[in-house]
Amino acid sequence: MAELNTLTIAEARDKLRAKDVTSLELTEACLNAIEGADALGAFVHHTPDLARDQAKAADARLAKGDAPNMCGIPLGIKDLFCTKGVPSQAASGILNGFKPEYESTVSQNLFDAGSVMLGKLNMDEFAMGSSNETSVYGNAVNPWRRGNEETALTPGGSSGGSASAVAADLCLGATGTDTGGSIRQPAAFVGITGIKPTYGRCSRWGIVAFASSLDQAGPMTKTVRDAAIMLETMCSHDPKDSTSADLAVPDFEAMLTGDIRGKTIGIPKEYRMDGMPDEIETLWAQGKDMLADAGAKIVDISLPHTKYALPAYYVIAPAEASSNLARYDGVRYGHRAQMAQGDGITEMYEKTRAEGFGAEVKRRVMIGTYVLSAGFYDAYYNRARRVRALIKRDFEEVFDQGVDAVLTPATPSAAFELGRETSDPVEMYLNDVFTVTVNLAGLPGIAVPTGLDKQGLPLGLQLIGRPWEEGDLLNTAYALENAAGFVAKPTKWW
Amino acid sequence: MSIDTATAAKVAKLARIRVEEDDLPALAQEFNTILGFIEQLNEVDVEGVEPMVSVTPMRLKRRIDDVTDGNQQDKVLANAPDAREGFFAVPKVVE
Repeated sequence: MAELNTLTIAEARDKLRAKDVTSLELTEACLNAIEGADALGAFVHHTPDLARDQAKAADARLAKGDAPNMCGIPLGIKDLFCTKGVPSQAASGILNGFKPEYESTVSQNLFDAGSVMLGKLNMDEFAMGSSNETSVYGNAVNPWRRGNEETALTPGGSSGGSASAVAADLCLGATGTDTGGSIRQPAAFVGITGIKPTYGRCSRWGIVAFASSLDQAGPMTKTVRDAAIMLETMCSHDPKDSTSADLAVPDFEAMLTGDIRGKTIGIPKEYRMDGMPDEIETLWAQGKDMLADAGAKIVDISLPHTKYALPAYYVIAPAEASSNLARYDGVRYGHRAQMAQGDGITEMYEKTRAEGFGAEVKRRVMIGTYVLSAGFYDAYYNRARRVRALIKRDFEEVFDQGVDAVLTPATPSAAFELGRETSDPVEMYLNDVFTVTVNLAGLPGIAVPTGLDKQGLPLGLQLIGRPWEEGDLLNTAYALENAAGFVAKPTKWW
Repeated sequence: MSIDTATAAKVAKLARIRVEEDDLPALAQEFNTILGFIEQLNEVDVEGVEPMVSVTPMRLKRRIDDVTDGNQQDKVLANAPDAREGFFAVPKVVE
């Protein structure tokens, strides 16, 4: 039998129900895999005792025979989720030592279903980054390498630890969050599936806030089927999040028929970027053919405001971040700076925040402060919100024309090396060029591994769906997954 | 629009983040790079477009104004860097 930690969620569920394995066995296999994988920097807080207790409880529940799909499944949880009694610090020094007295709704939903938490996963600080290099814990590392090279590559970000852990079989699935592409870009960089649902599907309660109008949680898994199973458990209406949707959550897995005959797939011409590698272009064309071969109708579409999505995002997200991160003041939780003789409360705030935040977080908080400041609010913030309305309208128009899903590349390149010199912060922001429109429009988007580049690194495509139609989107992704037949795994070096 | 070191210092002050004098020129330069990128938004015709307030067209829910939570002072204070006698402790703010 294959190593238990390499199972998919669906396989593990079936084996658990058939009493072929126990959750404790699955959990031990994952804990073993984690123990030998420090070089990946994926798990940053380990919770083996909690995991074993949860696994035993899951086994008892499974023995009774009415266990939900996610019961007994060992998972990693991104450090952005508040988990009761377990360090939750959004990979920031300012939350050093913080142990929440409460549980985020999404992790509670998973635990209520009997899932097991193996530990907390690395990420960019406050989810601000595309390479997992802004983390206070240090880098997470991609389990994939270029051919025989030993160059350490990024697993992407911000959910870099989640991506690395799932791709390296340290857990069966992981939670991620996505504000501008933070689930889909890392999923594409490590050859796994990641879905960001419609804004409002998952409760944001207990998830450390970055940009509240854009943040959404979602699963990062080995297959589309696993994404369907895990997403369903994560979603719920939550009175504690006023933007959480009061809509029934469908059985997403039951919607995976693989039949997409008669569906219309849009190919947006604006996603053909200057300087895009040929391999991405080829992959995109192949994806189009795969969906056409599966019976979908392919149409060329235009999303004319695409070019302005990133600049709009880099007004709106920092603006919201500057407001959300105002709470880190050294009073209620986390780090407080040492005070000098004569320091007052303002000095305490300023020193605490200077010491606690990393460079990228400071940069974004200050940009946000600037665009919201008197005299600039209208020119920057209101203009960006108007452009955002136009970006959403672009999508509404193509959906009105009968498009069911939009196919795009997930990332403008394969995974790049860690430690690349970046004097220009904007260069890093371009990673999210294909994913950020989806957050601005509040739509569901999924990254599906579709091929390898000539250096042997995974590449992914993105499908964007209609609001609240994650089931249909997952089914189209399932058809793409079936056609692509991506089964490659990284060679273990860690 | 160009940010000088005085503006960078003012923004840092508003954001309550201490930035050393020597670091201000580099910070101003970064702001200029990012704001230069954002300037592209000026190309878009936004005439008659309302700024987006909510990405999903749904009315925020109301709830009954009841007390549903409370009496957990110890939990509220559990993570405080400095808590004394049931309160958060901070440097003196009034003379």
